[in-house]
Amino acid sequence: MTRRGRLALFAVAGPGLLAVLVVGLHGLPSFGDFHGVYGLLVDRIEPGQRHATDIVTALNFDLRAFDTLGEEFILFASVTGVALLLRHLRHAEGDLERSRSVADHRFAGASDALRVMSLVLIPLLVALGVYLALHGALTPGGGFQAGIVLAAGPLAILLAGRYLALKRVAPQWALEALDAVGATAYAAIGLGGLIFASAYLENFLPLGTPGELLSAGMMPLNSIAVGLEVTGAFLLTWTEFLDQDVIVGRDEL
Amino acid sequence: MSFAPYAAAAWLFVVGLYGVIASSNLVRTVLSLTVVQSATYLVLLGVGYRHGGKAPIVADIPKSSRLVDPVTQVLVLTDVVIEATVLALLLALIVQAQKRFGSIDPARLRALRD
Repeated sequence: MTRRGRLALFAVAGPGLLAVLVVGLHGLPSFGDFHGVYGLLVDRIEPGQRHATDIVTALNFDLRAFDTLGEEFILFASVTGVALLLRHLRHAEGDLERSRSVADHRFAGASDALRVMSLVLIPLLVALGVYLALHGALTPGGGFQAGIVLAAGPLAILLAGRYLALKRVAPQWALEALDAVGATAYAAIGLGGLIFASAYLENFLPLGTPGELLSAGMMPLNSIAVGLEVTGAFLLTWTEFLDQDVIVGRDEL
Repeated sequence: MSFAPYAAAAWLFVVGLYGVIASSNLVRTVLSLTVVQSATYLVLLGVGYRHGGKAPIVADIPKSSRLVDPVTQVLVLTDVVIEATVLALLLALIVQAQKRFGSIDPARLRALRD
């Protein structure tokens, strides 16, 4: 179908869909007037029986822990997919050596000021990421958010215009290992529940005092495992894409 | 005003869909898809909101506080993760398309047309 044909079809179907959506969404509880009982139940259970104070993370790593396992492996599978799709375009690891002249990659915007600021950013991002992972069950945060922030730390090296330095700090094998270890660790923590409690992913660690760093049972451990996986997964994805630009090079496109 | 978030979500959904259909650049198609998906965030967060509700972090608020619904918020978190992974995969496919067909204009991908 031509572009014009598609647009003509959409001119009719688009407003129709919009109308259906508006009518359908009208059936939802009006904004601010939600009466779902699950949320209220969770608000009682998680602080009371699990000693967690961030209910969102608590849901993620306790009541929905099994879903999070699936989510983790979706992330894992998609990163594998990205690597599969992009890597065969690359000839061999030796490319990295040969392309060093191209790849000392300083993009035009990397001024001295930006370079210094990136250096300042790295420790701050890493500290924030570790904080988010450890305090996930207490304050806003958790493994997924922590992972993204942690992955942004090494990425700041790229801002300084030093892609090869980024590859040295975070080599591909290490990122792959991080991704795999994180995913495995989460699944293994679940096995702990099977052995020491009654069911897979059930809490088997002491609950501690609510609000303290070591509380909420296995949630901090889950959070760290997810954090590791997300860090590895995102850095791996980003470097796969950057490799396309830097190593395979534009003229081969 | 109580319907405003849902109206915005419906609008985002349709506008994003228009982007998917109209764009002549696959990167823009994928970005439009993220606009479609952001409609789901608005619906989920809108559904879970309670008037005067606080964020479901009970560390330092009185026990009787009204909280917004945490279940829908967790679903949004899942949604965001899935979106990021799908985005990465689609962009990798676009890199492949560029290398194979020399173009990322969907109208020019010959293998798809034949």
